[in-house]
Amino acid sequence: MDLNFTVNGETWALDVAPADVLLDVLREKAAVKSPKIGCERGDCGSCTIIMDGRTVRSCLVLAVEADGHEITTVEGLSFDGLSRLQGLFLSNNSFQCGFCAPGIVLAATELLERKPNPSRHDVQEALAGNLCRCTGYEPIIEAVLAAGAGGDQ
Amino acid sequence: MTATYPFEAESPTGDLATVGTPAVRVDGVEKISGAAQFVDDIDFGPGLLYAAIVESPHAYARIVSIDTAEAEQASGVVRIATGKDFPYKFGMYMEDRYIFAQDYVRFVGEQVAGVIARSHREAVRAAKLIKVEYDLLTPLLDPRSAVAEGADLIHPDLAAYTHVPWFFPEADTNIAHWRRIRKGDTEQAFADADLVLEDTYEVPRYAHCAIEPHVTVSRLDPAGRLTVWTASQSPHTQRHLFAQALAPLGFTHKDVRVITPYVGGGFGGKAGVSMEILGAAMATLVKGRPVKLRWTREQEFYNTYQRQGVVAELKVGVMNDGTITAVEHKLYWDAGAYVEYGANVVNAAGLSATGPYRVPNITNDSLCVYTNLPPGGPYRGFGYSEFHFGLESHMDRIAEAIGMDPVKFRKKNAIVEGDELAYGAHMNPSGLHEAIDKTAAAIGWGIEERSDNPNTVIGKGIALFWKAPAMPPNASSASFLKFNEDGSVNIAVSGMELGQGYLTVMAQIASEVLSVPVDKIRVETPDTDRNPYEWQTVASHVTWSSGLAVEKAALEARSKIFDVIHQVYGFEDDSLYLEDEAVRCKTDPSFSKPLRDFVIDGIQTDDGTWRGGPIVASGKFMPEFTNANSDPATGQGGHPNVHYTVGATGVVLEIDKATGRIWVRKAALAVDAGRAINPDLVKGQITGGLVQGLATVLFEDMRFDEGGRMMNPTFTDYKIPTAFDIPDEIIPIIVEVPQPDGPFGARGVGEHTMIAAAPVIANAVYHALGVRITSMPITQEKVAMSYLATTMSEGNQEE
Ligand code: FES
Ligand code: FES
Repeated sequence: MDLNFTVNGETWALDVAPADVLLDVLREKAAVKSPKIGCERGDCGSCTIIMDGRTVRSCLVLAVEADGHEITTVEGLSFDGLSRLQGLFLSNNSFQCGFCAPGIVLAATELLERKPNPSRHDVQEALAGNLCRCTGYEPIIEAVLAAGAGGDQ
Repeated sequence: MTATYPFEAESPTGDLATVGTPAVRVDGVEKISGAAQFVDDIDFGPGLLYAAIVESPHAYARIVSIDTAEAEQASGVVRIATGKDFPYKFGMYMEDRYIFAQDYVRFVGEQVAGVIARSHREAVRAAKLIKVEYDLLTPLLDPRSAVAEGADLIHPDLAAYTHVPWFFPEADTNIAHWRRIRKGDTEQAFADADLVLEDTYEVPRYAHCAIEPHVTVSRLDPAGRLTVWTASQSPHTQRHLFAQALAPLGFTHKDVRVITPYVGGGFGGKAGVSMEILGAAMATLVKGRPVKLRWTREQEFYNTYQRQGVVAELKVGVMNDGTITAVEHKLYWDAGAYVEYGANVVNAAGLSATGPYRVPNITNDSLCVYTNLPPGGPYRGFGYSEFHFGLESHMDRIAEAIGMDPVKFRKKNAIVEGDELAYGAHMNPSGLHEAIDKTAAAIGWGIEERSDNPNTVIGKGIALFWKAPAMPPNASSASFLKFNEDGSVNIAVSGMELGQGYLTVMAQIASEVLSVPVDKIRVETPDTDRNPYEWQTVASHVTWSSGLAVEKAALEARSKIFDVIHQVYGFEDDSLYLEDEAVRCKTDPSFSKPLRDFVIDGIQTDDGTWRGGPIVASGKFMPEFTNANSDPATGQGGHPNVHYTVGATGVVLEIDKATGRIWVRKAALAVDAGRAINPDLVKGQITGGLVQGLATVLFEDMRFDEGGRMMNPTFTDYKIPTAFDIPDEIIPIIVEVPQPDGPFGARGVGEHTMIAAAPVIANAVYHALGVRITSMPITQEKVAMSYLATTMSEGNQEE
């Protein structure tokens, strides 16, 4: 089946099987590796991508469902240098192993777009679907709060 | 005690420039930009094959037959492997495991066969077509029944197994190792004690839950070299075990190469060798083709090392003035079907099961018991988290029984430098008392707090911890260092960046010695062909051990640099020092020679010839004061541990009396890092480890049915913390009493931060509700039911 979509601004025309999962297609055929395979059943959030402005777990989406849509991954966010939020993640030592980071960076980016000045509870809610086993979340939450308080996303 | 370092600060003032600063992690940008590459992210081209494993559905059975005929015909199948292809044993500390099961399967999930196919989907489909006939046996799922008289023997050949000299298996039993400590006269001390308290504590199994599953890609190239890309904490140990296990196929260490890119969380789960050996072995059947094997999340739960369960029988004697006189600690470990790694967890716990206290009379028995559950193994805390639950719960109960404040009681008995340890060696310098005081202050210990909500109560708890690295006595580290044309530096080490910040800390250590800024130092993840030896990244030992190896390499490079300057300019070496990437001279302040001017090309002399050349150096560290030669009957005589890291944890929590719901309002943790090379990274360990530990006590719980099958192998059913499940406030406290032989005084802290999390909750729950819970986890239901039971029995008494 034909799949035409945009990944980080680049258009792709791919041939996929009906049962192919978007996460696998992105990683194997569309040259992005930042969405990670963590559970393949929607529990961990490490496969998070942004599709048409909303975060989605790409392990729960069939590749064909992405036809005609626009996808952003963390590679796309980083083309022109780090975003302000990414800079704060860096200075806050927000990540350790970094496996969860692509998903969390996107989830937090989407939150700040929706709600430029989120509360601690908002941040926790936005990240509740993204598991991180290393950091205890606190340094992640603090960085997102700092990004919000500064405005200027 | 004044610490003596092999190294003194470069600058004339003696101040350190980089060590002790919160340098931004060197792998940070890669990780937040999506550039960081994990094993699964590497492209292997169209030749990549995929493996799937046929696992035993039974906890204990004899394999009658394996029929692969149908699977062999299935689409995409390239090759099938069974135990017949690889009748080889392997094991880290004890060779009790086969690559694929031979005649018996001993846990649900044990690998019986493997399929290699052109796609993942085809491999999985074909694996389902393999028919295995089993003759079922009755599984032993509980360590106490497995040690009972007449119990079936899970490993009848135990006595013949190869193992390290510090294990003591009991032939014709299910006890794979029995660590005994006998010190003083425990019986007499109990008889003389003013109070003896005895109870049993139970701790179930736990899962590491790194978010990256285990994954490995192996390729035997046409020239006969086996390369394995793997998500591992232990590249060199993996190479060693692959080479050993596959030696019958003609492999030597030189023929095996292990490459470990970034690892997406380890926590012990990616130490040693587990599923990786399946991929390595299967690749030898399809020469020239890379084979990928990736665990599913379910396999991640039931078919990697698990944290062993333990039943702890604890008896402590105390005098009315609060002096602890005797400890008897009997630990029955549910070590699972294979203990090749897990038996050393049992050993480590047995050596240190008194906790961080001065105890004159000790009887420790730590029994590694085979059961028909998945193999136990290393998990952050390595046995200490498990026994601290009972021990630190018990300490609170004793303090109460003799009418003493728990903090005062702990301080009275807390171990100090020079105190004799259970096995006769002496305690290293430590800031335990400072850690206790600071933790107590941080949670307002002794200040009663009342909730405004009539349905909730507030409780506070405190618990201490200690842990020594558990490793072979000669576990070592090495490093290579080279300068580049612009004065930047590359360091090759084989410790693993698991997220703890190892690469950054190594860069900081070299930076301090060489006066080269951290951002001009590149430290990469290991490749056993190129990077020098490291035992493993476990035991919280790499900051210390690998840090010393890097410090030595940097010192060697420095002396080579001074040598060149001496040859050309005649300055004595001891008049030279490094500052801001240049060589300076104490006797000639006008002299300054930038490193970039000569660290590759050397320096031209007056006659036009050159001196020097590329600056390269190496360093190694092996502890030369340890030995494992203790008396098996008493545990006395050896020096098995290099040093202990200590600390304290405190919490303030609020509990809903009716529902048992617990909110951790505040958690403080003080750890003695010796010297925090990077305080931000130490704080990261405190926050992350504490949250991981709190989850083990508040909600995580592995459940098995009567058949030995794990019932909750998903994140839906085995819940780990989300961003909501963390304390309202975490207060990290760094104590720094230097480790005399550490790099700049540093010692490890990675595992320690989760060790006291469970007992501190148990103690705070008791403080809040007067309910003592002696089995983990301390779930909402358990709290509510126990509290209800006490209020009902109080009610009855009133009638
Ligand atoms: S991999 Fe998609 S949610 Fe875990
Ligand atoms: S940093 Fe390791 S899972 Fe989040």
